[in-house]
Amino acid sequence: MQTINFLKPNRDNIKNYSIIGSFLVLVSLIDVISNAFLKINLTSFLPGSLTTLFPLIIGLIGLNMMRIDYSGNKKLDLLNKNINTNNFNALLTLLILFSIIKALPQSLSWMIFDATISGDSKDACTGTGACWTYIKVWFRRFMYGMYPNEFHWRINTAFILVIALGFVGYFMKENLKKYLALYYVIIYPVIAYLVIYYLISGGSFGLQWVETGAWGGLSLTFIVSFFCLIFCFPLGMIFALGRRSNLPAIKYISICYIEFWRGVPLITVLFMSSVMFPMFLPEDFFMDKLVRVIIAITLFEAAYCAEVIRGGLQSLPRGQYDAAKSLGMGYWKMHIFVILPQALKLVIPGIANTFLALVKDTPLIFVVGLAELAGMLALAKTNPKWLGFAMEGYIFASIVFWIICYAMSKYSYNLEAKYKTER
Amino acid sequence: MSDPIIKIQNMNKWFGDFQVLKNINLEVEANKKIVVCGPSGSGKSTLIRCINRLEEHQEGDIIVDGNELSEKTKDIEKIRAEVGMVFQQFNLFPHLSILDNCTLAPIWVKKMPKKEAEELALDQLKKVQIDDQANKFPGQLSGGQQQRCAIARALCMQPKIMLFDEPTSALDPEMIKEVLDAMVSLAKGGMTMIVVTHEMGFAKEVADEVIFMDEGMIIEKANTNEFFANPKSDRTKLFLSQIL
Repeated sequence: MQTINFLKPNRDNIKNYSIIGSFLVLVSLIDVISNAFLKINLTSFLPGSLTTLFPLIIGLIGLNMMRIDYSGNKKLDLLNKNINTNNFNALLTLLILFSIIKALPQSLSWMIFDATISGDSKDACTGTGACWTYIKVWFRRFMYGMYPNEFHWRINTAFILVIALGFVGYFMKENLKKYLALYYVIIYPVIAYLVIYYLISGGSFGLQWVETGAWGGLSLTFIVSFFCLIFCFPLGMIFALGRRSNLPAIKYISICYIEFWRGVPLITVLFMSSVMFPMFLPEDFFMDKLVRVIIAITLFEAAYCAEVIRGGLQSLPRGQYDAAKSLGMGYWKMHIFVILPQALKLVIPGIANTFLALVKDTPLIFVVGLAELAGMLALAKTNPKWLGFAMEGYIFASIVFWIICYAMSKYSYNLEAKYKTER
Repeated sequence: MSDPIIKIQNMNKWFGDFQVLKNINLEVEANKKIVVCGPSGSGKSTLIRCINRLEEHQEGDIIVDGNELSEKTKDIEKIRAEVGMVFQQFNLFPHLSILDNCTLAPIWVKKMPKKEAEELALDQLKKVQIDDQANKFPGQLSGGQQQRCAIARALCMQPKIMLFDEPTSALDPEMIKEVLDAMVSLAKGGMTMIVVTHEMGFAKEVADEVIFMDEGMIIEKANTNEFFANPKSDRTKLFLSQIL
């Protein structure tokens, strides 16, 4: 008697099984898709609960039949290896696929098909979909905060200048290359500060003074992140080296610094910098709140950077130190030419991690009254004329932040690949 | 008889409670070649690492080229620049090309002009026969080539003394010869060398003196011929019977 070996597909009947299997999976997918998009229930002839489970069961059987080891078919092998290794994984695959399909029509219609983008007031948004009009109307506020509209070109010019100056390193002449580190660590931040101070703050060269309280939106996110990033890295490097120093005073100062800043939450640091710190300053001494906040975040993140860099320093074999010393190099030469170039390469992923966290922490400055992108959203959603569009705002903000952060992480992967060395 | 270039007197060293070097006395004259042998853990490597102060000793005196090594020694870098060292694990700088490995210290420590340093480096690389690899990175070279590069790198500092810390122990048997050849030709050039090694053939060929160490002490110190032909202590005899 010939039995149908239903649960044990093998190479001999690969053709039948793979065809029947893929047909069953296809049926299950068609059922779910028609259900989700066309609102047609193909399996309405089945009793209640079975209707919902039908695609799952059919799909599972299909995937089971397709699971043939070393089938010789590359695509089938790839599929089996990645998403169809056993029944449980097949079930997970189907569940994920089905939930994506089910969620797709609703989110698509909300975000695109039923959404409104025309008009310039809340009245335009009458549909059931998203109200992108809100983003459109508020776009300038989200980008530039309360900065006067007619001066937005100043922010744009300043950013273009700062970015252009950042690329100077690429075009530097060969004989100037050795000053590159000096340029990026000291000269560039100073120039960037001056550019931002004179262009965005104004007050001289016939530019009207705009106080930092009016700054906001995405441009403020950039300003805060930019200065914190370029200052916290060298500072972190100093403390990482300090913590590994043989001199007790330097070592313990570094340990205290790192452990102090790692031990306090960023939000309290921000409050301290904006509320408490000015009380300790002499009456006639004024320091802008934005500057105080940037310094606070820099000091805070430097502690994290220091620990990441220390990890890289520790992962270098002792032989590298020995070799450098035996060639007569002192502490600084050894670190600048031998140790740091290798250690910093190793910590690129860790540093990228810290930097991403920093960029995403910048919305916290809202608590001290500085409204960057997320802060502007919080202000806009409470505007009486535009109540009820928080969702659109947050989706917009998350897309913006995602683009920034994804670009940063891509860049860090590139750096990693560029500076890879074989050991 | 000239003054010894290295003079070690009553030197003791501890790692924590453990005494690694016990009452070491050693004098090395310029242009002499000394081979240090002994079982592992006998303190051979620690001894030569003390000579350029990669390890600090706690008692006794070490005088290298007229400079005493102690905590008070200010220009330890200057002394190290005159003492080249080759390590068991090569310790090339993996982020720099072979040429840059060799020119780094001459340029930044000896303040040599870049061009001059490169000529010197190529010259030294040629002597160890890897000048054709100058633009590769250490990771792309075989162990023997890396070790020869490490020798060239140390020689680029034009040192007065060369220390070798088991230079062939991490190499395949086939590559040992090429490294030993480089060391032999260096020895014939008149360099002062202290070599920690298990290669007794090398010792017989170039060494003026052989030192046998065990448990942190110098057990035997003799002329090469006498050391192999007529060892005095039983411990040395046992060691030689196992290694030869």
